Amino acid sequence: MGVGIEVRGLNAWYGKNQSLNSIDMTVAANHVTAVIGPSGCGKSTYVRCLNRMHETIPEARAEGSVKVGEMDVYGSGSDPVEVRRRIGMVFQKPNPFPTMSIYDNVAAGLKLNGFRNRKQMDELVERSLKLAALWEEVKDSLHKKSGASLSGGQQQRLCIARALAVEPEVLLMDEPASALDPISTSKIEELIFQLKQHYTVVIVTHNMQQAARVAEFTGFFLMGSLIEYDKTEKIFTTPADKRTEDYITGRFG
Amino acid sequence: MSAPSAPQQVGLIRRFTNAGATTFAVAAAILVLVPLLAIFAYLVIKGIGSVNWAFLTQTPKPPGEVGGGMANAIVGTGIILAVASVIGVPLGIGSGIYLAEYGRNRFGDLVRFTADVLNGVPSIVIGIAAYSLVVVPQKHFSAFSGGVALGIMMIPTVARATEEMLLMVPNVIREAAYGLGIPKWRTTLSISLRTASAGVITGCMLAFARVAGETAPLLFTAFGNQFWNLKLNQPTAALSLQVFTYAISPYDDWHKQAWAGALILIVLIVGAVAAVRITTSRGMLKGGS
Repeated sequence: MGVGIEVRGLNAWYGKNQSLNSIDMTVAANHVTAVIGPSGCGKSTYVRCLNRMHETIPEARAEGSVKVGEMDVYGSGSDPVEVRRRIGMVFQKPNPFPTMSIYDNVAAGLKLNGFRNRKQMDELVERSLKLAALWEEVKDSLHKKSGASLSGGQQQRLCIARALAVEPEVLLMDEPASALDPISTSKIEELIFQLKQHYTVVIVTHNMQQAARVAEFTGFFLMGSLIEYDKTEKIFTTPADKRTEDYITGRFG
Repeated sequence: MSAPSAPQQVGLIRRFTNAGATTFAVAAAILVLVPLLAIFAYLVIKGIGSVNWAFLTQTPKPPGEVGGGMANAIVGTGIILAVASVIGVPLGIGSGIYLAEYGRNRFGDLVRFTADVLNGVPSIVIGIAAYSLVVVPQKHFSAFSGGVALGIMMIPTVARATEEMLLMVPNVIREAAYGLGIPKWRTTLSISLRTASAGVITGCMLAFARVAGETAPLLFTAFGNQFWNLKLNQPTAALSLQVFTYAISPYDDWHKQAWAGALILIVLIVGAVAAVRITTSRGMLKGGS
């Protein structure tokens, strides 16, 4: 089951440049929350802070409080590797492991963390591929084909299956459909809708229609600050802030 | 609607330039092939006559006696190269991993510079180093010291190839692994290195093939031996040494055997490289890169 996320006073920097200013946000469990905003507004940085991926970039750092369920992500005893195990991530560009088979791609997170039970692994791989709506297309070539041999849309669903296989509580998606064609995009969006039954999903998107289609809640970022955060419907029909209105009506960005 | 046509003259000049450049590239490619094929053909012509069962299974006969072979040198070369690979490949790959994944600092630059210099050190100097480091303390020549000399020569090539190949692995692949909660050391070994494996293996084979024919570093390390020796701590024959000894000897029969030895050495190197290629490509997946 998914868990909620509590973000309080989150700041992030790249070297000396501050890219997030004191973000507060409460993400509801088992719902889809979209993060929108113009390029460079900090929306990707924001989700990368939630699972401590931000700090893997040289000279990048983050401060503040992020609680995912009971887990204190930036607590003193917190291990980034453990955090990332419980918070899955899907990236903008599909990035399957090119030298691994489809099966090994999905099983990678399990295998490389020391999971050895073969039968259980088979089940988890099948379950994850089914959840990612890819099973029917690849079940006959699980071990024969490389993950890189799939089409772009299939690769992205493979990456989603790979993230789901380690059974995270939260799934972060950083513009997961921006490199895909409209048909693959609609498949991914359908999938996101299904996924919220089991997971809490946070999705970054620069496509406002996409946010409107998949998310119950939407946050609007501008220049490193969270300008407005509310029910998606409210954001897109009667935004409280002038800047939000300007952005969603296409006046800038 | 027809496509707009360029003025006739521009078309001619462009076609002429294009033809010229293509001709040059093809000619250069052929010229590169010529020396290799010529050497190989010459070796076959000169050496094939002396390659027979006895040559492959017997040890050398005393000077003046006809016949005998280089079996001990063939095996000796195998032993020395095995020792060299056991030293050179892990150390080379290890330092390559350091340079690519952790070495963006002063120390990394120093290692990189040292590796490049080591690559340019004449092989006989490496032989002297192995002589003073291994042979002198042990007080005898040995296959092991020959392996150490060749192993040291392999390290820079393997290290730099590994570094280059790891740097070509896109960062999004590493991020994918981190995002799954895979620790950095695991990501490096099981994801990055695996993704780069084809290039790393090529680097290892290049280093291997380069040192397989080295003679100078073996002169005062492995030293050579007219008899069978399978012990690591005894003077050991090597094909390159045997070819050298026979080629400068005054005996006609030995000259012929030197040609045959050189031919066998090349065939064995090509065979070893091909064998590694075939075994490693067998695991490759359809559509993989």
